Amino acid sequence: MSEAVAPAPVPVPKSPRRRRLLIAVGLAGGAMVVGGALLYSPRDRLRKPAMLAALSATTTFNAWVRIGSDGAVTVLVARQEMGQGITTALPMLVAEELDCDVAQLRFEQAPVDAVYANATLLADGLPFRPDDDGWVAGLARLTQYKVAELLGVQTTGGSTSVRDAWTILRHAGAAARSQLVAAAARRWGVPAAECTTDRGRVLHASGNRALGYGELALEAAQIPPARNVPLKDPRAFRLIGKSQARLDIPQKTEGTAPYAIDVRLPGMAYAAIAHCPVFGGVLKRADAGKVTRMAGVRAVVELPQSSTSAAAVAVVADNWWRARNALAALEISWDGGTHASLDSAAQRAAYAELLANGKAREYERIGDAKAILDSSQRRVEATYFVPYLAHATMEPMNCTALVKDARCEIWVGNQAPTIARWMAAKAAGVASEQVTLHTPFLGGGFGRRAEMDVVVEATMIAARVPGTPVQLIWSREEDLQHDTYRPMAMARFRGALDATGALAAWHNRIVSQSCTQSFTARLLPAAASDLLKDKTTSEGAYDLAYSMPNRLVEHVLAEQPVPVGFWRSVGHSYNAFFVESFIDEVAHAAGKDPLQFRLAMLAGSPRHRRVLETAARAAGWGTSLASKGAARGIALAESFHSIVAQVAEVEVIPPGTVQVRRVVCAIDCGRAINPDTVVAQMESGIVYGLSAALYGEITLKGGSVEQTNFPGYEVVRMADCPAIEVHIVESGWEHLGGVGEPGTPPIAPAVANAVFAATGRRVRDLPIRIA
Amino acid sequence: MAKLTINGIEKDAPVEDAMPLLWVLRETFGLTGVKFGCGVAACGACSVLVDGAATRSCVTPVAAVAGKSITTIEGASSRAPWLALRDAWIAEQVPQCGYCQMGILMASIALLEAKPKPTDAEIDAAITNICRCGTYPRVRKAIHRAAARLPERSR
Repeated sequence: MSEAVAPAPVPVPKSPRRRRLLIAVGLAGGAMVVGGALLYSPRDRLRKPAMLAALSATTTFNAWVRIGSDGAVTVLVARQEMGQGITTALPMLVAEELDCDVAQLRFEQAPVDAVYANATLLADGLPFRPDDDGWVAGLARLTQYKVAELLGVQTTGGSTSVRDAWTILRHAGAAARSQLVAAAARRWGVPAAECTTDRGRVLHASGNRALGYGELALEAAQIPPARNVPLKDPRAFRLIGKSQARLDIPQKTEGTAPYAIDVRLPGMAYAAIAHCPVFGGVLKRADAGKVTRMAGVRAVVELPQSSTSAAAVAVVADNWWRARNALAALEISWDGGTHASLDSAAQRAAYAELLANGKAREYERIGDAKAILDSSQRRVEATYFVPYLAHATMEPMNCTALVKDARCEIWVGNQAPTIARWMAAKAAGVASEQVTLHTPFLGGGFGRRAEMDVVVEATMIAARVPGTPVQLIWSREEDLQHDTYRPMAMARFRGALDATGALAAWHNRIVSQSCTQSFTARLLPAAASDLLKDKTTSEGAYDLAYSMPNRLVEHVLAEQPVPVGFWRSVGHSYNAFFVESFIDEVAHAAGKDPLQFRLAMLAGSPRHRRVLETAARAAGWGTSLASKGAARGIALAESFHSIVAQVAEVEVIPPGTVQVRRVVCAIDCGRAINPDTVVAQMESGIVYGLSAALYGEITLKGGSVEQTNFPGYEVVRMADCPAIEVHIVESGWEHLGGVGEPGTPPIAPAVANAVFAATGRRVRDLPIRIA
Repeated sequence: MAKLTINGIEKDAPVEDAMPLLWVLRETFGLTGVKFGCGVAACGACSVLVDGAATRSCVTPVAAVAGKSITTIEGASSRAPWLALRDAWIAEQVPQCGYCQMGILMASIALLEAKPKPTDAEIDAAITNICRCGTYPRVRKAIHRAAARLPERSR
């Protein structure tokens, strides 16, 4: 994603600065490259972290697999469950090769250890096309995998979890199976080659001997795994590719699933927090005198502005309601500083100026788009805009911390446990090894829980009351007003049509802040820089599958005091809206059907064609709709190695209500591990993106966010949720792509294009407003 | 001090009258299946049943429910539609992150107790909860599935 890591192979970083930079770059979601897992020996990642041995009565086979004497197979899941079904998909990979039933599977959150690093997220930062199999790309990927393991950063993001685990976890299962077979063979005094397995048992060819995995586990784990165990031919898969019930759903239905906000510890106190409402402001004074005498109040803690967090004041009390009341009673004066008069209109004007005159970086230049545009007789031009967006996870930001005797224990829903541990250690003034981190289920992540603000704050607050566990909970107001927002963005397009009505030239100029730069400045300020390109700013705008002989894609970096971060699908979330809306405009200008216009530009991209055609056919593209104000819109977006097309059926009810009746979605993610989860993630991504398209908007006035809570920040609910139909297009295991994010990008342009088809009015700003 | 019946057990709540029921349930009584989402009755994550009616506990002072019967997800098995709903939730694979689901389930219990065979419009009107994972289509299917299994009158 940045020039720092490509295209040359990256040496093992020696300087801390370089190391930090790579970490930051690796963390920054986004994707364009198929993981180089085959270049990287999976055996490297089968070792047993020392801490696993002490954890349980079950037998540890490797970093990923434990088997109990009852035959239960526990898979250590090194990614965080935030709704995407990873605590089922990853165990399925192990079970397929280990040969056990889903009913035997258990999952457990893996501890923090370098073996669990997410290598794919780092490799995804490299600026190669997914289909680039050249030696430079291959060597760079290999190097990134090695670097990732050295850094050992465990992260969940960039829709990478399955791709990162795909080879490793199948090897982990196969290796453990080989050990179980060897143990049975040894017991029976027969060659291992005479033994087979069947759903949790080793069988002897004679047919009259069988031993359960549970009976063999203890001895089997002492036997070294066979070298070069072959993996199954995918055609022989028994579990992978067939929908399995998610392992986490029963407890999430019965209300027993633990989230960080549910942690209860003896003597626990609760903290409420108020941040400086103006971005970049500081605390002038907080008059603690009166509130320290209020019932239940234990402490008032002032938190200075830091790289991760705004200036804040917290109150610790014996319950959260008392803490919050005391905070409300506290007289706080803030100094808003230089941004106290900033508002959205001024920001937008600044972006318009940058669009016209700012210094741009090129992300793609093919042919000479400018010359053709300047001489073209058939030009189409349009400017688009999207606002900041909040993540608004259902579980408000929270973290529980206990600081005692130079040790620290943390409970937090997070997408980056390695970093959470570093940041807590730094805040508590202890070594990383002295921090124990617990990651329960996340009540939504969407990128928000890659941030460390709440971890730093809770640790600093807990350090003020040593020995007392403190649960810091942000109110929803704080959550919406102090998020790391999806960037506000603006783009101007110019397109030139040739005599046949085909696109002869394409110029796209984007203005936005950089998520990677903002994120790096928060976590590793020394590494923050605007010297490097941030791929996430322009992902989804360059390397498009459409054939366009002349194209120029450039990005102008904006500076704003508003912190921006990774929001489900990151740059794709706005670039897909811009690109797919403008393609639609050009199609109409050329007098062509939007579907046919796209297909004509996809002659060399059969996978994209097939996805688009699948969605269009299932949606009845080209057939008439019953209702007069109704119409369809279509959009296509490739992100995180998956290709998704969506057709939205929209009815516009005067004067200005946009009712999305039905969405038909087709996805090519190579093949689906757990198909029902892929369907669920498409539904989820569509609803998340639709909330943004119809309602999502964070605006500033007086340097502060204007929206305070739901429904001021409104989202799609049951009554306005469309019917959703998902089709999985299979293209092969070699094309594995992510599914957590790719459902989001196409929905806004599909709906906006449908609004145009229904009303003749082009939507160029989100959220959609039809007066 | 308010006296409440929580999941069939009578309890004294040793807290201020104005304290919202949500925090009494979660922090005084440890019933953490009830979730905090917004604090302003806008999202429904905190929904519980008060004398059978779906109620947003984050804005309900504990004094307002003195003497009343409160059901949380922890006590949901005492309600007639529960088993059908639980099984339907698993069959339709509804939850994703899961955080809002207990609130939606409490609202669904109240709905099916009042209307054993709800229409889509009745589901829209009764389930106003927010789910950021977008499980709405599956919630709808699961409610219909549970309704199909329940007798015409489930109370």
